Amino acid sequence: MATKNIAGVNLDVTEEGYMNDSSQWTKEVAAGIAKEEGLELTDKHYELIEFIRNKVKSGEGLTIRSIGKSGIVDIKAFYQLFPGAPLKKATKISGVPKPASCI
Amino acid sequence: MENKNETPLKKVCIICAKGSIEDVYATLVMGNGAVMEGIETKLFFTFFGLDAITKKQMNKLHTATVGNPAMRMPGGLPFPSILGMLPGVEAGVSAMMMKEMDKLDIPPVDEFLDMITAGGGEIYACKLAMDMFKLEKEHLSEHVKDVLTIGDFYGMCGGENTQIIFT
Repeated sequence: MATKNIAGVNLDVTEEGYMNDSSQWTKEVAAGIAKEEGLELTDKHYELIEFIRNKVKSGEGLTIRSIGKSGIVDIKAFYQLFPGAPLKKATKISGVPKPASCI
Repeated sequence: MENKNETPLKKVCIICAKGSIEDVYATLVMGNGAVMEGIETKLFFTFFGLDAITKKQMNKLHTATVGNPAMRMPGGLPFPSILGMLPGVEAGVSAMMMKEMDKLDIPPVDEFLDMITAGGGEIYACKLAMDMFKLEKEHLSEHVKDVLTIGDFYGMCGGENTQIIFT
């Protein structure tokens, strides 16, 4: 367990940097984490982040496939928005737990 | 979890030589999983594994109901081999497996190849096996980047922190 100060908030995070308390999340926090990951967030990012937060809140599993079916982006665009490890990066920025998904 | 002496995996090259559901999906899940982690990924399909990238066959894969000791009835009772020999049983069992996988958001083969290539993964076919099965490039999925000899494929598998996996 660790804390990290981002956008003036003392975030409760895991060793890998995932937020433990999703309620601490704000758009500014998202932008701060994204900056650490080398990303500048656009409206499209925020749209996806909202989708991810809602999906996780509803208790549904999060997969790359489900993001491809979100109607917001296709999978190719998802990889472009969050280059490298998209699902990990996107969930970290969305303030939700690290995904336990293999798909 | 983090080990300071370890350096992260950079590239995985997976060879799939068998065409049953479990063999093909082992390849696809590991391949897609690597792409998701930002690891460079190359898949090489050969022998019966070619079914996974052949348009006509890719969505009709089966799992063996005969000679498969791990085969069980839903609920866990043993699955008599003699039952597996009956016409339609293998198709039925395979369809059921695909349905169960879909519930876990595991896509059909063609969509899985879409996902892997969308993330930058590359799919290759084995030239020797293609010649053997009298297959042409047009029989294969459009996601197949090239038809290669094994030597060509090894040529792509260089570099530090690269692993070759045979399923």
